[in-house]
Amino acid sequence: MNKPLRRVGLTMMVMVLLLLANLTYVQVINADTYANNPANRRSVMEEYGRQRGQIVSASGTILANSVETKDAQHYLRVYKNGPEYAPVTGYYSSIFGATGIERAEDDVLNGSSSKLFVRRLSDLITGRDPRGGNVQLTIDPKAQDAAYAGMTAKNFTGAVVAIKPSTGEILAMVSTPSFDPNPLAAHDNTTQRDTITKLDDDPNKPALNRATQETLPPGSTFKLVVASAALANGIDDANTKNLPADPTITLPGTSTTLSNFANETCPESTNGQVSVSIAIEYSCNTAFSTLAGKVGKDNLIAQAAKFGIGQTDLTVPLPVATSTVGSIPDEAALFQSGIGQRDVKLTPLQDAMVAATIANGGVRMQPQLVKNILAPDMSPISTFSAQEAPGGPALSKDVAEQVKQMMLLSEQHTAGGGKQANVKIASKTGTAEHGTDPKNTPPHAWYVAFAPADNPQIAVCVVVENGGDRGLAATGSSVAAGVGRATINAYLAGGG
Amino acid sequence: MALPPGVLGAATTHMSAPGSSPATPTRRGTELALLGFVAGLVALAFVLISENQFQTLKPEVLFYVAGYAALFGVAHLAVRKLAPYADPLILPCASLLNGLSIAMLYRLDTPLAQQAFQAGHGYSNAAPKQLIWTALSLAAMVAVLWAVKDHRTLSRYGYTFGLVGLVLLVLPGVLPCSISCVGGAKLWIIIGPVSIQPGEFAKVLIILFVAAFLVAKRDLFTIAGRKFLGLELPRPRDLGPLLIAWAVAILVLMIETELGASLMFFGTVLAMVYLATERSAWVWIGVVLFMGGATLAYRLFTHVQTRFANWLDPFADAQGDGYQMVQSLFSLGSGGIAGAGLGAGHPELVPVVSSDFIVSAFGEELGFIGLAAMLIVYMMLAMRGLRSGLAVRDTFGKLLAGGLSFLLMWQMFVVIGGISKLIPETGLTAPFLSAGGSSLLASYIMVALLLRISDAARRPQASRPKPQAPIAEASTVLVERPT
Repeated sequence: MNKPLRRVGLTMMVMVLLLLANLTYVQVINADTYANNPANRRSVMEEYGRQRGQIVSASGTILANSVETKDAQHYLRVYKNGPEYAPVTGYYSSIFGATGIERAEDDVLNGSSSKLFVRRLSDLITGRDPRGGNVQLTIDPKAQDAAYAGMTAKNFTGAVVAIKPSTGEILAMVSTPSFDPNPLAAHDNTTQRDTITKLDDDPNKPALNRATQETLPPGSTFKLVVASAALANGIDDANTKNLPADPTITLPGTSTTLSNFANETCPESTNGQVSVSIAIEYSCNTAFSTLAGKVGKDNLIAQAAKFGIGQTDLTVPLPVATSTVGSIPDEAALFQSGIGQRDVKLTPLQDAMVAATIANGGVRMQPQLVKNILAPDMSPISTFSAQEAPGGPALSKDVAEQVKQMMLLSEQHTAGGGKQANVKIASKTGTAEHGTDPKNTPPHAWYVAFAPADNPQIAVCVVVENGGDRGLAATGSSVAAGVGRATINAYLAGGG
Repeated sequence: MALPPGVLGAATTHMSAPGSSPATPTRRGTELALLGFVAGLVALAFVLISENQFQTLKPEVLFYVAGYAALFGVAHLAVRKLAPYADPLILPCASLLNGLSIAMLYRLDTPLAQQAFQAGHGYSNAAPKQLIWTALSLAAMVAVLWAVKDHRTLSRYGYTFGLVGLVLLVLPGVLPCSISCVGGAKLWIIIGPVSIQPGEFAKVLIILFVAAFLVAKRDLFTIAGRKFLGLELPRPRDLGPLLIAWAVAILVLMIETELGASLMFFGTVLAMVYLATERSAWVWIGVVLFMGGATLAYRLFTHVQTRFANWLDPFADAQGDGYQMVQSLFSLGSGGIAGAGLGAGHPELVPVVSSDFIVSAFGEELGFIGLAAMLIVYMMLAMRGLRSGLAVRDTFGKLLAGGLSFLLMWQMFVVIGGISKLIPETGLTAPFLSAGGSSLLASYIMVALLLRISDAARRPQASRPKPQAPIAEASTVLVERPT
């Protein structure tokens, strides 16, 4: 039976050939398709085994870097001052992916960016392990430290954003309560899972970046937008007293009343009338509701858009939630919106942009968190260049100057700590009611400001949610202003 | 039907002059040299794995390599004593695959232990277990070589082997699930820490039975029987025991929901029937039977439908039923032509990578080149078995060698074809490679039988009687003319 044995041998060879042909198809012809399939976790794991680039502050201090370890993953991501910078850096988890700059600049940090192509090529030739590029942020540690310390000293929930008005560089971005991204970068999956569960279950939402991702009613800080619209469109001017100073007005077409803070009559009135300037100085609601009615829905929305409110695709490069003035269906809604209530909702970053735009003579600069992309050896690859936001100036120089003068007056009437005689601040506070029972819910306290008024170097927005430590009695000045001033002072004292 | 000369052709010389020269070399030296070479390769594999996994040379690597080398050294000495003329390639081929298996399991232990820990259950390392099973398997191999001095004696126990084989097949199916179920298949006997898959041994016993049976009834297969559609069928009562054995095997395996094993049995029995009868008609009858059985199984069992659907498009349910297949393809694809390097890939992402899908791990870390080389080693092993079958003089030996060799290759085809989407995945272990004692033990018993047959084939027969021609064909003799 040797003939059939030989035939069986031939059959076995055919089987081997079939296997080899199929393996060629899978491992040679189709290899890239399988290797690069997004569901193939190997590319991610390979990335985690490579030295990821650093995230450094504007002054060069390291915020996140990868240190060598002895285990199979080779490198551990380490965050210094984790909670303080977490809203900016985000986390980098092998299970849950990345957030913040870790995600926005992932291709640079992991070394796959086309910007690093030449370096990669030289790595290939010299045989060095490919390494990620570094990201230098615009964040100034002095401003960031002061803002974070101010928010955490009294366990405030909220956010601080500081912007350099002339360039749009974001000098500080704080969100509290925050979280430590270190355990999310742990090589131990259990630690990662436990941490994310804790973050998800926490009612205070520490993982939420309140500076960019949360929109809140801006309250009186929105009066800056209404005033700008009135002045820019010639509907009113700064000093003509033609706005009601009444403690209470009735919203048109309704029986609902709207009143000034503490039901006071607006001070410095003549025949029960005040000017835009005085109304800002004392933050009179009745006057501003009426002014909003005079400005009209279309003008108000158009002016808001020039400040960036309503832009849906803003990235810094973190994605930013869309701020909105709401739909404003009727006159009463317009009146309410005029004092930053109803459906007006801004991100802290957006409100900081309003202040920065006024400070910069009406020119709105594109906000940006990344100052430099650096090669693994820290040589710069691409550098941030200041860019005007699209759509032209938000305000004329003249209107911006008038609004600034009003803000200087407002600052004089704003209490709270941190005032320094040698720092001339222009500001506006806000105390925004919210919730289903607004009179019995602690309000959000806002403070937007820039300084020095004559040559603005820094614009800030502070929001402290739900009254901070003052509860129902909270106001923008008593809760938020101190944090804002401390941030400004720290930055200016550093010679920035 | 000409074959490359180096593979089977060499056997022809032995056939033409079987054992004619008393100076037939034993080739034990060749075997030792090859084993040494293999030990070097395995040591290299361990070093690479240790460096890639831990960035350092772990001391346990020395323990594994030394243990491995010692085991095969002893095995070599035993073969030298018990089967001195055995084919010198069979043991080195098996030892290379076995050594790579221990290395790969050592490489997989760390990530698998981590996975198990994170999932909250225990894990016991597979590599040391595999080394112990290698020792036991080699001991079994030596025991078989010692106990079976002449493979022809085995043909006397054909029906006994068949019966024991069937019992072993049926046993897990009738045992309570608490000691026979693992991962959906009812294939095991678990006693304390030891789990045995009796089906692995059943396949060897049933091949022995089929070989003995076919030898006994060979004449009836080829001569007797009636014609049907141009095919000469054997009498049913002669074919009966074979068909019953086959049917019971298939039935039991379906109850135990193990599809791969039934495919394996069926293919092997078919190949052996073909070997015995030299009639390709049997193959076609078998293929038709298989198609019918497959269609029936597809209609009856949802898990067969699932596997078929996964074969056609695993990506349709990449996170569910197709997950294994998709991960295996990712693993093979990521390995590419040259592989990630031993210890440098991520084969632990493939489910059950240490047993059914271990070939994916080799494909990922050794690449197409490495996998092709391993396939060639398999083919060499199977071809050496076939070659022994060609050279051996008795029909039983030929059938047994042919059956065992075909089983090895066929099982590899079903396994590698399954993990690389050539054919539907069936869930078989790869001989010598997959973690698991039963598979390894059975594989080395097969190696022992092949060694024994090859020893018989190459052994010089000093007192071999000269073949006597029948009287009718005997030559006339020139006698000196009487004077």
